[in-house]
Order: sequence, then C-alpha cells, then structure tokens
Amino acid sequence: MSHLSQRPASPSVGLEVPHESAVGHVTGEALYTDDLVGRSTGVLHAHPVQAPHAHARVVRLDPGPALQVPGVVRVLTAEDVPGVNDAGVKHDEPLFPTEVMYYGHSVAWVLGETLEAARLGAAAVEVDYEVLPALVSVRDAIEAESFQGAQKTLTRGDVDASLADSTHVFTGEFEFSGQEHFYIETHASLATVDEAGQVFVQSSTQHPSETQEIVAHVLGLHNHEVTVQCLRMGGGFGGKEMQPHGYAAIGAIGARLTGRPVRVRLTRTQDITMSGKRHGFHASWEAGFDDDGRIRALRATITADGGWSLDLSEPVLARALCHIDNAYYIPNVTVLGRIAKSNKTSQTAFRGFGGPQGMLVMEDLLSRVAPALGLTQEEIRERNFYAPGESTPYGQPVRHAERMHKVWAQVMEQSDFAARSAQIAEFNATHEHTKRAIAATPVKFGISFNLKAFNQAGALVLVYKDGSVLVNHGGTEMGQGLHTKMLQVAATALGVPLSKVRLAPTRTDKVPNTSATAASTGADLNGGAVKNACEQIRERLTQVAAGQLGCPLTDVRFVDGRVTALGLDTSLDWDDLVNIAYFQRVQLSASGFYRTEGLHWNADTFQGEPFKYFAYGAAVTEVEVDGFTGAYRSRRVDIVHDVGDSLSPLIDIGQIEGGYVQGAGWLTLEDLRWDTSDGPHRGRLLTQAASTYKLPSFSEMPQEFNVTLFEQAHEDGVVYGGKAVGEPPLMLAFAMRESLRKAAAAFGPDGRMTELGCPSTPESVFWALEAAQLESEPETQHTVRPSATLSSDTPSASPTRPAPQPVLTAE
Amino acid sequence: MTGLHATVNGTAASLGEITPHTTALNWLRAQGLTGAKEGCAEGECGACAILVARPDESGNTVWTSVNSCLVPAAALDGQEVVTSEGLAADDGTLHPVQQEMAVRGGSQCGYCTPGFVCSMAAEFYRPGRCGGGCGADEAPAAGTAEGSADGQPAHADGHEVGPNGFDLHALSGNLCRCTGYRPIRDAAYAVGSPGEDDPLAQRRDQPAPPPAATRIQREESEFVRPADLAETLEVLAEDPDATLVAGATDYGVEINIRGTRPSRVIAIDRLPELRTFEIGEDRVELGAALTLSEIERRLAGRVPLLDALFPQFASRLIRNGATLGGNLGTGSPIGDSPPVLLALESVLVLAGPGGTREVPLADYFTGYRQTVKEPGELIAAIRFPLPLSTTTAFHKIAKRRFDDISSVAVGYALEISDGVVAKARIGLGGVAATPIRALETERALEGQPWTTETVRHAASLLAAEGTPMDDHRASSRYRAAMLGTSLRKLHAESAPSQEVGA
Repeated sequence: MSHLSQRPASPSVGLEVPHESAVGHVTGEALYTDDLVGRSTGVLHAHPVQAPHAHARVVRLDPGPALQVPGVVRVLTAEDVPGVNDAGVKHDEPLFPTEVMYYGHSVAWVLGETLEAARLGAAAVEVDYEVLPALVSVRDAIEAESFQGAQKTLTRGDVDASLADSTHVFTGEFEFSGQEHFYIETHASLATVDEAGQVFVQSSTQHPSETQEIVAHVLGLHNHEVTVQCLRMGGGFGGKEMQPHGYAAIGAIGARLTGRPVRVRLTRTQDITMSGKRHGFHASWEAGFDDDGRIRALRATITADGGWSLDLSEPVLARALCHIDNAYYIPNVTVLGRIAKSNKTSQTAFRGFGGPQGMLVMEDLLSRVAPALGLTQEEIRERNFYAPGESTPYGQPVRHAERMHKVWAQVMEQSDFAARSAQIAEFNATHEHTKRAIAATPVKFGISFNLKAFNQAGALVLVYKDGSVLVNHGGTEMGQGLHTKMLQVAATALGVPLSKVRLAPTRTDKVPNTSATAASTGADLNGGAVKNACEQIRERLTQVAAGQLGCPLTDVRFVDGRVTALGLDTSLDWDDLVNIAYFQRVQLSASGFYRTEGLHWNADTFQGEPFKYFAYGAAVTEVEVDGFTGAYRSRRVDIVHDVGDSLSPLIDIGQIEGGYVQGAGWLTLEDLRWDTSDGPHRGRLLTQAASTYKLPSFSEMPQEFNVTLFEQAHEDGVVYGGKAVGEPPLMLAFAMRESLRKAAAAFGPDGRMTELGCPSTPESVFWALEAAQLESEPETQHTVRPSATLSSDTPSASPTRPAPQPVLTAE
Repeated sequence: MTGLHATVNGTAASLGEITPHTTALNWLRAQGLTGAKEGCAEGECGACAILVARPDESGNTVWTSVNSCLVPAAALDGQEVVTSEGLAADDGTLHPVQQEMAVRGGSQCGYCTPGFVCSMAAEFYRPGRCGGGCGADEAPAAGTAEGSADGQPAHADGHEVGPNGFDLHALSGNLCRCTGYRPIRDAAYAVGSPGEDDPLAQRRDQPAPPPAATRIQREESEFVRPADLAETLEVLAEDPDATLVAGATDYGVEINIRGTRPSRVIAIDRLPELRTFEIGEDRVELGAALTLSEIERRLAGRVPLLDALFPQFASRLIRNGATLGGNLGTGSPIGDSPPVLLALESVLVLAGPGGTREVPLADYFTGYRQTVKEPGELIAAIRFPLPLSTTTAFHKIAKRRFDDISSVAVGYALEISDGVVAKARIGLGGVAATPIRALETERALEGQPWTTETVRHAASLLAAEGTPMDDHRASSRYRAAMLGTSLRKLHAESAPSQEVGA
C-alpha cells in the first residue's frame, strides 16, 4: 500500500458526511456568482446582440441607436478589445466576430444601468448581415467534408485479415444526439477593477486559471493582474470548463472601460443558444465476430459534431476513441475519428467527455448483433469482457480487469437478475399491451486527463494560532462534493476533527496554474495536493510535539485533535501544540503540490498509458413500456460501482445516482432539435427552453434505486485509496436504453434484431415496438405505416453472412 | 407601512419602485433574498419557488407554492410571502424539510434547493396530508393505498404518495440536475407533522390576506387589480387591448422570454365573481379564476375525468396559479384542459359590458389562438352538465410524464350501457390549429357495441381526425399514430379483467 493511499487511524475520509454547504443550500444562504450583484453598488448589466443567422458576414454594425436608449451606458464591440479578440485557447473563437458562425452568435454586447435597458439597447443595435450557406447537421458537414482539427486513428492488429476470417460480419450506422448541460445556474460573472486597474472577476467557472488567462489575453494584461474567484457553481457538468471565459472577458472589458462593476449573467435562452453542448456523433462500423460471439475486429469511423469552433473537441474525440472498447477486448481495431465543423454552438466538455459517445457506439452495436449470434445482450457482453493481462487498443494494460467480472456478478446477484427475467417473461406472456424488460450493461472508464500536463494540482493550507485550519485548493465546487472531500482529506492528514477545518472559495491568487476541475480528477489531484500541504505542516508540528512530549519523532501521533506519543500517557491538545509552535517560530502554512505519476501518452500514434486507473461499474435496469404509446417507466435500477475506498460515501452515492439519471436523460429524453429546414431560421435551436428541452424530472426517477459501492476496492497510489466518481456513473444509464430495446423487442417474435433511435424517447420506442409488432402479427390492424427510418435494403458486408440493417436516427 | 407592500418572512417590506413588469423573483432578489433563483424564467424548473398565503374555502390559509419568476411583484401587494430564508427558526434551527434535505444528500450544487425546500414545505403544511397526523415511522408502507399487485410503489392516477402522506407531485415542478431525485424523495417521505408551536402551521388557522385593490402606473405601463367584476369590465371597456392576467403562468413567460411589455395589465385572479364553485343537480360551475389546485381540492374526485387531468396538467407549482379561464383564454391548441372540457360538453360563461352570455366550448375556438370572445369580454365561468358519462379517460402524449406539454391530448367521455356506446364525446388537443371534437369518431361509436371491431373501425377514423404537424415535440406521423392507438388503449383498459401494471 502506498503512502499516498494509506489511511491513518480514525480518519475523517470514509465518513458519511453531508455536503459542506448543505445548510447554506437549504436555507438559500449559500451564495452564487449572480447573488453578489445586490451586494455591489453601481453594477452595470450586459446583454448580447445575437445574430439571427446560422452563417453570415457582418456587413455593418451601428451601435448608435442603442446609445439613444435611456439607461444604455456603452456598447462593446471588437474595437474595445485592448488585447486579443479571442475567447478560447485555439485562437478560433473571436469574442466579437465579423463572421457569424451559428444562430445566436453574439456580435456585440450592450451595457445598461438595468438589465431592461441593456436588453432594449441590444434590440436597438443595427446590424446588417450577408447571409452565407450554413451546414447544420453532422451529415451536412460530412457530405461537405467540413472538418476541423486533427483526424486521429486508433489502431491495433490487422482488421482486414481479421474481418476476412470472422465467421460473422455486421455493418451498421448510428447517429445520436448531443446533450445540453442545463446546469440550473446559467453562465454568470461579475467583474470589478481596483485602484490600480487590476481586474477581479467572480465567475461560475470550472477552470478559474484559464478564465484568468483568457481575461488577461483579451485585456492585454499579465496573468498576475487578473484574479478569478469561484464561490461555487450551480452545476457545471463540463459546460463551465471552457465556456465561461468569453463571458468573463466581456465583463472585464466593460469594467475596465467604465470603472464600474459589470455583471454578465445569461438568461436561459441566451445560455442554451450560445453555449456549447455534448457532441452528437455519427458512426459507421463493420464488426467481425466468431461463433462464440467474441468480437474479433472492429473497423469504424466516428465523427463528432464539433460545432463552429474547436473548443475541446480534439480531446473529446480522443476520449471517445479511447473508450470505444468500453469493457471489451477487441484484438483488431481501426477507428478513424474526425471532428465535423458545422454552424452550431461550439460543442464542449460534458460529463464523460466523449467517453460516453465512444462507448455508446459499442453498446448499441453489441445489442444489435446479439440476436443474430443467438445470444442475449448479457451473454454477448460478458463473453467479451477484458481478461486480466489484456491491454486496450491504445496499449494500456487493463489493471484490475477482474474487478469488472466481480462487479458484474455482484450486480446480477443483487438485482436477482435471473429470477426477475423469468418473472418478466411470464408477465409479458400474459400482457399483450404492456411489456417489461431487464437489461445489464458494464462501464470501464479511464481516469486522468489524456494531456499529461493537466495531471497536477496545488493547495494552500493555513493553520492559525488558535488551531483552526483554512484550506485553499485549485478545484472548484459545482455540487460534486469536492470541497467536502477536501475537508475530509485535510482533517485526516492533520489528525483533527472536521470542525477544525474550513474551506475557502477557489481563487487564482491563492493557488496558481490550476487545471480544470474536470475529467473526474478533482478529488485525486487536489486531494493529493491538500494532503501534501497538510503533511508538511504536520511534519513541522511533529518536531514541536516530540520536544514537548519527550518522545522520538516516529512515536508522535495526531488523532482527532489530540497529539500523543506511543506508550506515553501525556498528550497535547492540537490547539495548544499549534500555539506553542507559533512561539517557537515554526511556519504554520504550506503550499502543497501533486502530480499523477506513471502516465505517458503519444497523441500522434494514439498509444500509451494515459490513465492512472480504470473505474468499473455495472447497472441493471428494469422498464415497463406501454405498447399503445411507447411511454415507459423505470421500475428498478441496481448499480454496483467501484469508487475505490470511498472518501465520502454519501457524496459518492449521490454522484452515482445523479450520473445515472443524467445519462438516462441523454439517452432517452433530452432531445436537441435544430432547424434543419431551408427557412429563415435555419440553424436555430428549436428546443431552447426548459419547456421544450425536457430534463429528467421526478417522473424519470427509478421507482426503486439500489446503489452499492464495490467493497474492498482500495486503489493503491491514489489519495486515501479512493477513486474518481464524477463521470463514470453517467454511462451506467446504457442499461436503461438497452432495457427499452428489449421491451420493444418483446412486442415481436424472439430472436429479432431491434433498432432503437437515440434519444430513445417514447416516440422512438413506439416505432421500435411497432416494427416488432408488425413482424409478429402481419395482419394486425395497425393504421400507421412502419417507420421509414428503418431501411430494409442495405447490403451487408458479405451477402452470405447475417447482417443487421443500419438505423438512421432522426436528429 | 403606506404604499404597496408585502409581508416577507414575517416582516413588512415596501414594494417600492417596482414596475408593472417586475417579477416577484426579481423584487425579492433585489431585497437581498437571493435564495430564490432564476433557472428558466418560465415556470418549468421551480428554482424560484416561494410560499404565499392563500385562502381556502373555509376561511383559513393554505401555504401555497408558486413560481416567483412568473408572478408580478405587484400581485404581492398586501400579501404574505415566505422564502427559503424564512423557514428556519430565528436561532438557526433548520425547518424539518430543510433538515431532511440537508442530512440525506438532497442538495448537491444547491441551486435548485431553495425552490425544492419551498415546494416541499407547502406539501408539509398541506391540511390533511397526514390524516390523523401520522409520523413517518408509524405510517403504512409507501403506496399501499394505491399500490399495484406486485407491491411496487403506487403510481395509479399519476399519484405517488409517501408513508407520511407526502404527494410526490408536490415536487413535479422542480428540476434537479444533480441528484437523480432519490435522496429528495427520501427527504420528502421522512418529514413528520408540523409541531404544535410551528408558526407557519399556526398561521393556517387565520384568514389569508384579502386581495388588495392595486394600481401602479410607470411611464407607459399600468398594473391594476380592480376590486370587482364591474370595475374590471369598465377598465376593459376603456382599453379592450389590456392584458388580463390570472395565474400569470402564461403572462410571465411572455414577459420573461418574449420580452412582451403590455401597456396595461388587469389582474383578475382574485375577483369573487370569477371564483364561483357550484355542484348543482344538473350541472357543475367552475369559476374561471379558481386555480386548478383549488378545483382539484374542492371537487375531491367527484369528476373523474378532471381528476385524470389534474396530475398531468403542468406541475403543482403551475396548478397553484393556473386557472381554467387562463388556459382557455389564451386559445392555445395544446392546452390540456380543452380536450377534457370538450368531452364534458362544457359551456363558457362570457361576461361583457352587456351582461353575460353562454358559448359552447365546441364553438369557442375559431382559429389559431382565435376565439369568439369579443374585446371587452372575459371568461367568467365554465359549466358542464350532469350526470357525467361513466367511461372517461384523459390520454396525454408527451416525452415526460410530469410537467410536459402534450404533443397529443385526448379527452374521452363515453356512456356505455349494456355493451353499447350510447353517447361519445371526444376532445382532441395538439392535432389542429384549435382544440377540436372528434366528430366522425364519435358518430362511428354511437349506437355501436363497445367491441374490438367497433373500436378498430373508429380508431382508424380517429387517426385521421385533425391535421397533426411535425415539430420538436413529435412527428406528425407519431401524432396520427397516437390518435389511432388511443381509442384501442381506452378499450383495452375499460374492458373487464384487465391486466395490471402499465
């Protein structure tokens, strides 16, 4: 067991404690960025001027009429940018564009004494556009060969030879939607300048250091002249990793120009029409299997719909490629990954970061081909699990592969899978119009940033003379419980009760050069840094204590706020020891640092060991589907998930449940629709409100929801033996979609391949079940023609072999 | 305190310089009460939920949860409001719903939490929630009252109720993006009964504040709450283009999302003449300004078709404000009440300068958001005849079961005697520019035996009623298909010895 992962006696980590801000949450007293506006005076409000075209050139922009609107103070345009007119890190995102790249792109911002004045001012800005042709769907972009960034290939073995040798070869195509983050708190920032012209931006950002850097480069300042603080976020999910920077920069420009605080807080409509989303993907594939249902070869092309600029599309694509295997050993692989450039919002990080999309291609593929191989969904999955000793296509040994088998066996047992399958078969035999189904899917997810440099973190721990402890670290709190875990880590490392430790808001002038709180790494990285800082302090205090207690250094113990020596009756109170140390002129603060060891990655060859470890999990979902409508309910979900030795069980279970439901939302409910017509609003997001873009609500909560943390799961080499938990559980929701597929299939004859659109809305499920019904009862009284999206004449890869038909899902 | 004012968390606060278009949410936040948040600005997410003191039919007060993003601040004049900040005791002791939410992991990012807490508190204080004042421990197991045969929690009639009588639909208008809801449900089902000394529980025994006659004029816009119907009609006669506002659940969206700024707003939700409730020998009359929640509570299940509608009509937060008059007044083709009210053969009572007149609902809609209502008229009441048909159902097709807008809605009221369809009334929403009656289908059913053959034929006619469109909610093909399957579903579910579940 490594020093990093070993837990001392009586640790605070592992305790089931509520969120550190829970009381502030329930009373409404916890503050978010926009709550600060009323506490500042003279605040100006910013409102964007959004272009009503998906692609156009700005021919003329006249702010004059806006300045006539009462209460309008200033109109911000490209001319007001003292530094670089760019909101990103790839230099492909002009903050004030001359070419409109998507419907709703902001071409100017208006500052007003009130939001109403700014809104009316924005409506008064005169802009003339020259409308240009727009690529809206990923298919449009592929057809036009409109791509951006590098194309990457993941490859191992000999796919051609292996496909030729495979006894079963299938081809397919699959297109599926992205997802809107819909954090309940929209993007918000509040910028002020101090007496020296230095900028202080409070921002709802997952990446304060990058927000700082972008604000600095837009303003032409050095990083040390800009400070960014994030109190907490009302949800992030990846949507506030890259996207907040431009809004923070708008506020900062306004504050520098006017000398007044400037608030940028997007309305929901602005947020959803301007900010990036999870990438939708298109995939085409060819897969070879042996007679036992083992996959021998996979050739695929996956295309991420990146939207108008690169943003994080390249690393998202990399993660999609690195997760197309999910939990399965594929000996021969060639997958080409591309990023389409389309006239939509710039798609970005979203919980799972491409991993879910890569895995979805494989999970969909396995379910489609299983009937042709005479296997159940669960059989084909289990047969293809990695065995210990095998490696991923990118060359990383799958450490703890046996855990996947154990997790799977446990979830099967916990869910009583076999017995319930039999009950369901009985139910279905006696219910013509209602069918139930149960399905299981696995998750294997790699933890670490693919980019090695990001795998570092810093912390600043201050111990005051009264023994109280203040912890700063580089991670941000968005609801995932990071701050709670960091308090537990600090209390554990110092051997003090949790009540001694307080957490300060994340600020770039406390911990510099931080990475985004992303890729599920927040606790691993920042926990390592917090622990390191605490240990520096504890080491110094150990010397003081040994002197006071009269014992060797190695005999000093810090437990629950008492400092003892092995075998001695005397002990010291933590507070007293700290005070003594002060008078002995011992430094009571420390800056901590952590970097993840053992990573290497070649982004050109797509080979290496980019992940510190893998997180494993499996879910079993039972649904019930109404044959008349396709409407469904989630009756029961069982999950076994590997979080290592949990740092904070209440937090971890919350992440698992929340991740599952968010994943189920992506796969079954949330429906991003863009105007793909040639009408005047081509490219406009049609589902741009909570009334049209439906998130899971209470009605989507599984009626019974059993989550079990995998036990004896200590992860060596990670802080206190825990594992990352933010992203992996999202992909447990594949079980929901697969159980819907099975339930739809149950309306038809056995052994039939069932295709299902994604998101698998009631309408999609209805078409799937109706197709099944039509095969079951050819003379049935259906009044509606079968779905036209299910084509029946697609050639298979080899005419002598069974092949499923591809499904083209509606966007 | 003189001038417009409201009582917030027990303290009088001046409404100050609000405009007619200032929302209650923005006013509260400007007071430093930032617990209520704006998540969507259209009454869909509930992050802005607060409690208001509303009268019940016996002269007491009901703590009622509403979306403060939709309510005009001017409508708070003279009213009492409680926000998440006002629920904890002065010494900081958390309110029972806050306590359960905090310790059970009911909050993650916390942004939606104050709204959940307010919705949950309203249900916590709902009279009769616990029957004899049950605690969570001594209560029957979840859902046994309505549980299905296999012991799953009850979902019958769209209700799900905890062992403490907590109706989960109280939270149907609150969205959480973090938790997956399970810990919030556990918190809701864990709260006990209000204590003897709970001030908000005690407050229920006193009358709610009466409506205040309010008038504010700011530059070119005005908000007026007339004292009675006569004054309302006078104001309306002066300015037939004035916007009538009851629950503001549509108006608020217009203000927030579409930037509409009506020059004159007339608040009619508290007019006594519009709040009638009568169940007579041969008809029911529902005042147009009664909220859906009030109607639900007062009918208490006596009109099964309406009872089928309520849990599917938006959310509790919306039903606490929304009125039938509003749902019909906007003339939307996808309102959920018209299909049901058409099936009930409803008649609208329109009040105007010349008195009142009755218009059958079937004749009321004339085109997309167009009706026979004349300028200067308003909907005073909805009437429908008794006795009610015995076989009724409301089928709503939507992506989400709670709080969604229907892509297709069908209301059925069939009289089936001795196996023959004696009478059929079917209302449709979402399949044409207006809500319509499925007249051909009705004719094909009436006088025919209620058999698979009859239903098969009638279903094929129903599938062709209306001209469904393609949009982001559903394809036209799916809408037509849903019309076709709907009657077969009704038949399957109304035939004897039906399957359980579904």
